[in-house]
Amino acid sequence: MSTDPDPCDLTAHEVLSRLHQGSLTAVQVVQSALERIRRVEGRRPTAAAYSPTPEELAEDRRWVHAYLHLQGESALERAAEIDRALERGEDPGPLAGMPLAVKDIFCVEGTPSTAGSRMLEQFISPYTATSVARLERAGAIVLGKVNLDEYTFGSSNESSAFLPPVGNPWDPRRVPGGSSGASAASVAAGEAIASLGTDTSGSIRQPAAFCGVVGLKPTYGRVSRFGLIAFASSLDCVGPVTRDVSDAAVMLGAMAGPDEHDATAAQVPVEDYRDFLDRGVRGLRIGLSPDYFRLRFPDPGSGRIQEQEIGGEIAATVRHAAQLLAQEGAEIVEPVGMPSTRYGVPTYFAISRVEAASNLHRYDGVKYGHRTSQPVEDLREMYRKSRGEAFGVQVKLRILMGMYVSAAQYEKHYYQQALRVRTLIRRDFEQAFSPQGKFRLDALLAPTTPTTAFQLGAVYGDSVLMQYADLLTVPANHAGVPALSIPAGLDATGLPIGVQLMASDFREGLLFQVGRTYERATQDEAWRRAKPSLLEDLSAHP
Amino acid sequence: MAGDITPELFAHLVELAAFELPAGQAEYLRAELNKQLESIRELEAIRVGEAIPITSHGVPYLPAISSRPSADIIQPFPHPEEILAQAPESQEGYFVVPDIPHTEL
Repeated sequence: MSTDPDPCDLTAHEVLSRLHQGSLTAVQVVQSALERIRRVEGRRPTAAAYSPTPEELAEDRRWVHAYLHLQGESALERAAEIDRALERGEDPGPLAGMPLAVKDIFCVEGTPSTAGSRMLEQFISPYTATSVARLERAGAIVLGKVNLDEYTFGSSNESSAFLPPVGNPWDPRRVPGGSSGASAASVAAGEAIASLGTDTSGSIRQPAAFCGVVGLKPTYGRVSRFGLIAFASSLDCVGPVTRDVSDAAVMLGAMAGPDEHDATAAQVPVEDYRDFLDRGVRGLRIGLSPDYFRLRFPDPGSGRIQEQEIGGEIAATVRHAAQLLAQEGAEIVEPVGMPSTRYGVPTYFAISRVEAASNLHRYDGVKYGHRTSQPVEDLREMYRKSRGEAFGVQVKLRILMGMYVSAAQYEKHYYQQALRVRTLIRRDFEQAFSPQGKFRLDALLAPTTPTTAFQLGAVYGDSVLMQYADLLTVPANHAGVPALSIPAGLDATGLPIGVQLMASDFREGLLFQVGRTYERATQDEAWRRAKPSLLEDLSAHP
Repeated sequence: MAGDITPELFAHLVELAAFELPAGQAEYLRAELNKQLESIRELEAIRVGEAIPITSHGVPYLPAISSRPSADIIQPFPHPEEILAQAPESQEGYFVVPDIPHTEL
């Protein structure tokens, strides 16, 4: 029996190699991804009221439901162009033939760009985001737009207006994480080879960890945000979701860099990140911090903040990673104090809500987006009805908290205080990475998430507990530093565990260097051969 | 230290946010806001005086990596009809809105 993987299960660099060898065509890759979508997707999410019968619910919890918009025909046309370019001996780019799922928070010309909200259900973008355009120029083929938490506000994908919710391919009764949950799920399920996501408090890394794929939050300002629908402008980062570290390196190289359309895109030259992949870790100093193994979160019953150690399997996975990196020649440094880690979520509550409220005031039912069909007396009533009808409950919650925290009488207490605490969080990283400091780290190694993927419906509705799903990822967003989550094993129930690496500003190359070393060191471990349960089922019933 | 978000304060926030809430949402939203405040209040106990500066975003945008000022040149979008087509209501190249409330001075 052949053990050749389906083309949609390859990495982008494997596809590229086979395209150049002539053993595969880009059209075959896209056809393979479309066939996989047909087999694992289930019914398409819609913004209609979601009230499934018990039978429908049971059926929905078997599938992925990632795609909001699929453009198979144009993807096949683009793939054929790439094949013709190859035949002519032209270079179609480092991502040639790679089917790409774009998180539906990016504008792509001529496609619905919904942000997972009824507010933008009918919106067709008149232009394309810089990051998407650059990936297309590098040969990526946009296969469609995938689901997310509404306006990226969530950590489970359940707050999208478009339902059924996305299922985790490792167990579709569980969440894929969020907000780039469908990005991670589509890559894990072979419905795309890579995805473009965003990370404001962990929205690339947490779903990547939950779905057993690689996710990078680049340095703040490394990738242009032109064409990204904004949430929290001091935190939002654009980044790749891929099957391995090498693909993440190529994707970042293709899309990073200055952009005349985005003044916040830093004027920092882009390195060829592929050059870092085989450098190894000999002599690097990699830190472990006890502050990333100790969880502070509110008790769901009493609301009181409690403290406990992170689960044994996750802690053991991180320690195992440290041990392997030490065997590869890295020096493990511990304990590294990161005492402000615990303030990450409270600080985020204040800062992100203020920025969200500001960014979402533009949705007024005038220039684009939903407008009420009810009769109205005047403009203000039209605003209230339109926004009340079209925004989901989690969006309203964020805007209302933003209004409260930025009100004149509370602003100093909360918002300004949060911006100062953010300085403390940033200082933790500066001290850890300072060449003159006590620790002199090249990278910090930590768990990505406090738990593995939780059940659909288990946390949704408790907006505080849901936010604490990000407590290990959000410090890097406050500090602006790059962070890479990589798959590192499975828990006892067969769910993926992720570990993350963080480095100082613009040192993404170093993260790829360490991440790739870890991949090589674990390539023979048993968990590397495990597949998501949904794909195991497909193999059993070809 | 500020108190809980009362029904009156909540109604004010809803007005500021320009929402008309469907029946049943207000109770959930106010309860969640107060739960979130419990978390945010952790910030009050942290000793950060005026000496700790504000960080508006993590990465410092020093001149070497910041975008240079550019000439302020208008670049009209080549297909304005595509933008107008997204508007719920437009007429002769204008966005149409209901009456704008005003008061006589």
